[in-house]
Amino acid sequence: MTQVSWPMFLMYCYFTAFVFIAGIYCILATRRLIRIMIGLELLTKGVTLLLIAVGYLMNNTGLTQALVITLIVIEVVVIATMGGIVLSVYRVHNSLESKYLRKLKW
Amino acid sequence: MLNTGLLIILSLAALWTVMTRSLIKSTIGLAFTSIVLTIIMFRLNSPLAAVFELSVCTGLITVIFVSTISLASPLTPKEVELLSAARLKRFWYLPVILVLVGVGLLFVKVPLDFPLPHNPAGHDVRTVLWNERVLDLFGQVIILLAGAFGVAVLFKERKKK
Amino acid sequence: MPSLVILVPLIALLILNLPLGEVMRKASFWVALGFFIFQTVLLFCHHFRCICGSERFINSFFGMDVSVDHLSFMVMFLVNIVALTSLLVARHAIKDSDARFNFINLIVIASAGMNGVTVAKDIFSLYVFLEVTAVALFIAIALQREPRALEGAFKYILLSSIATVMMLTSIAVLFFAAGDTSFASLKSALQVSGKSPVLLAAIGVFICGLFIKGGLVPFHGWLPDAYSAAPAPVSVLLAGIVTKVSGIYTLMRLVAAVFGFKAAVCDVLLFGGTLSILVGAFAALGQKDFKRMLAYSSISQVGYIIVGLGTGTALGIAGAIFHFFNHAIFKTLLFVNAAAVEESTGLRNMNKMGGLSSRMPVTGATSVMALLSNAGIPPLAGFWSKVIIIIALWVSGRYAYAVIAILAAVVTLAYLLIMQRKVFFGNIRPELDGTKEAGPGYVIASVVLAAITVGAGIFFPYVFDHVIIPARSALLP
Repeated sequence: MTQVSWPMFLMYCYFTAFVFIAGIYCILATRRLIRIMIGLELLTKGVTLLLIAVGYLMNNTGLTQALVITLIVIEVVVIATMGGIVLSVYRVHNSLESKYLRKLKW
Repeated sequence: MLNTGLLIILSLAALWTVMTRSLIKSTIGLAFTSIVLTIIMFRLNSPLAAVFELSVCTGLITVIFVSTISLASPLTPKEVELLSAARLKRFWYLPVILVLVGVGLLFVKVPLDFPLPHNPAGHDVRTVLWNERVLDLFGQVIILLAGAFGVAVLFKERKKK
Repeated sequence: MPSLVILVPLIALLILNLPLGEVMRKASFWVALGFFIFQTVLLFCHHFRCICGSERFINSFFGMDVSVDHLSFMVMFLVNIVALTSLLVARHAIKDSDARFNFINLIVIASAGMNGVTVAKDIFSLYVFLEVTAVALFIAIALQREPRALEGAFKYILLSSIATVMMLTSIAVLFFAAGDTSFASLKSALQVSGKSPVLLAAIGVFICGLFIKGGLVPFHGWLPDAYSAAPAPVSVLLAGIVTKVSGIYTLMRLVAAVFGFKAAVCDVLLFGGTLSILVGAFAALGQKDFKRMLAYSSISQVGYIIVGLGTGTALGIAGAIFHFFNHAIFKTLLFVNAAAVEESTGLRNMNKMGGLSSRMPVTGATSVMALLSNAGIPPLAGFWSKVIIIIALWVSGRYAYAVIAILAAVVTLAYLLIMQRKVFFGNIRPELDGTKEAGPGYVIASVVLAAITVGAGIFFPYVFDHVIIPARSALLP
């Protein structure tokens, strides 16, 4: 590990930051629940990228791959749960959905 | 250099995911982001995690999104038109913000002053996962059980009273 | 015992889901009750030879990197107590047998998750088990699919996921500095390069994530909604232990074992904690909804724990741990009382209640105990912990913070007395005349919890020497 990889690390950090900004913007600018889920997915993508990049730069991809696999499993469960909640929201407010969407400001 | 190109494509895919009008297209954009990320992961020497990303994130999560969207069938096309016409304006700030942040980052000098650890190449991912991170594996098992309960409870049609 | 605390809940889960059809559904309450009692017993006799032997046997299959110290022990004891309470409440409060069965499973999963959090010695495993706990609670809040509960669950899941992303980003950066994710190697890396701004920023991001999980003030938006909208047993579990384990305990553990009591970290903790104390206390004054008032009170009390931790002194940390213990007990008790009142009157608006003490004597009496402990009246347990925290603030020269903490204690007494007067004291309202105690589950749970609160207060020196000081030595060796 030499100091040469600092610029590489910074480059990955910057692109992670871009993906993060896109995800946060997606969450903040929308009122639709499914778009909020998509924004969260983008955030998780950013974290995955950062972890993999760090593992590559440190020449320790064994550990980071294990972490990322765990992360992906958890991500799926959270998104499935969230999808179920969104679905229930739509079912409960079957006729009033756009009203409900306005009530949920974010 | 190729990696930089891929990263730019990744950012553009994320941008498109956020900016596109219809939810289905947005989901496709997310899947595409995932595919680009998979390629980056392959190139960064992480093949097993890349396979997981490809099968789970590109496959399963897209399925979850599409099924949620189609089961919820949230709005009629006309309503979508009205809503997106009113709200599209807000989404146009995103590319501007991204460009500004990008330019800003070029001028910020990040003080990177911690010494990096010198560690030899770690073990293979299978060894790490099965021998060193058993606790995480148990966590995965428990969270999958929780997820099974969640899907069984939340996706079921509500009983009529 | 360390690996047993993960495996035993898994086995209980398997037993609960044996394909026995209706029989298991009916018996599920008793199975879960037996499981939690077994787990409590296991905690108290972890030095027995048979358990150590079986442990060695298990570890020959899976080498888990876990360990148990006195603090983990105390927290696991609280997890079991609160989970038992929540189970007893669920027996009455959740009428539908399918929903109750699912909820019982989810309690077991959540307790496995919290056990994992308390024994983890690796920052990534910690994250995994935080997520296990959180997912079980998301589902439990949304379980009955009432509109408000769904909204609360959605807010909780969203903010919790954002907190997760913040923590993972920080983990990635810390990993870059340390080359590993175990507490020990992170700590040694931070000792070498603790002044680096990048690493300090990573620590800050992590602490913000934990503030979201624990519902501290700049990030408390989800907490009142989730607490008040959740079904009664879920809010008992969530308020009693889940936010405390996933936000506060984790913060204590990480600050002590990884981040270290740096001046910057202590300042952030003191400031965030004081802000929570003030905002929570004043917001609680204006609430009409019983559970919402308790939720704001929770924010305020959790602030005391964080302030005690932020002093960084031995005395302050002992006070924080003791307040953690007390708060878990008395807040659970207050939520049980709120659930009992809601069960028997169907009301949550405090302005519509009155004089319930004459019809629900046990609930009324135990809520007075909880109130006095919460407000810090001697000789109850809450008094001692608050006094210790305030003395620690004063001794370490933070006079302004100490004064604010004392003033907020007065406000706490005020809002709790208002609650007590509106709900329990005075003459019974005519429309509530036929009210009765809500059921044996509520009575047993509230009597046991009140006994613990009073006992910990009266036997304060014993509890302090034999529970709190060893637990503190886990944080400050």
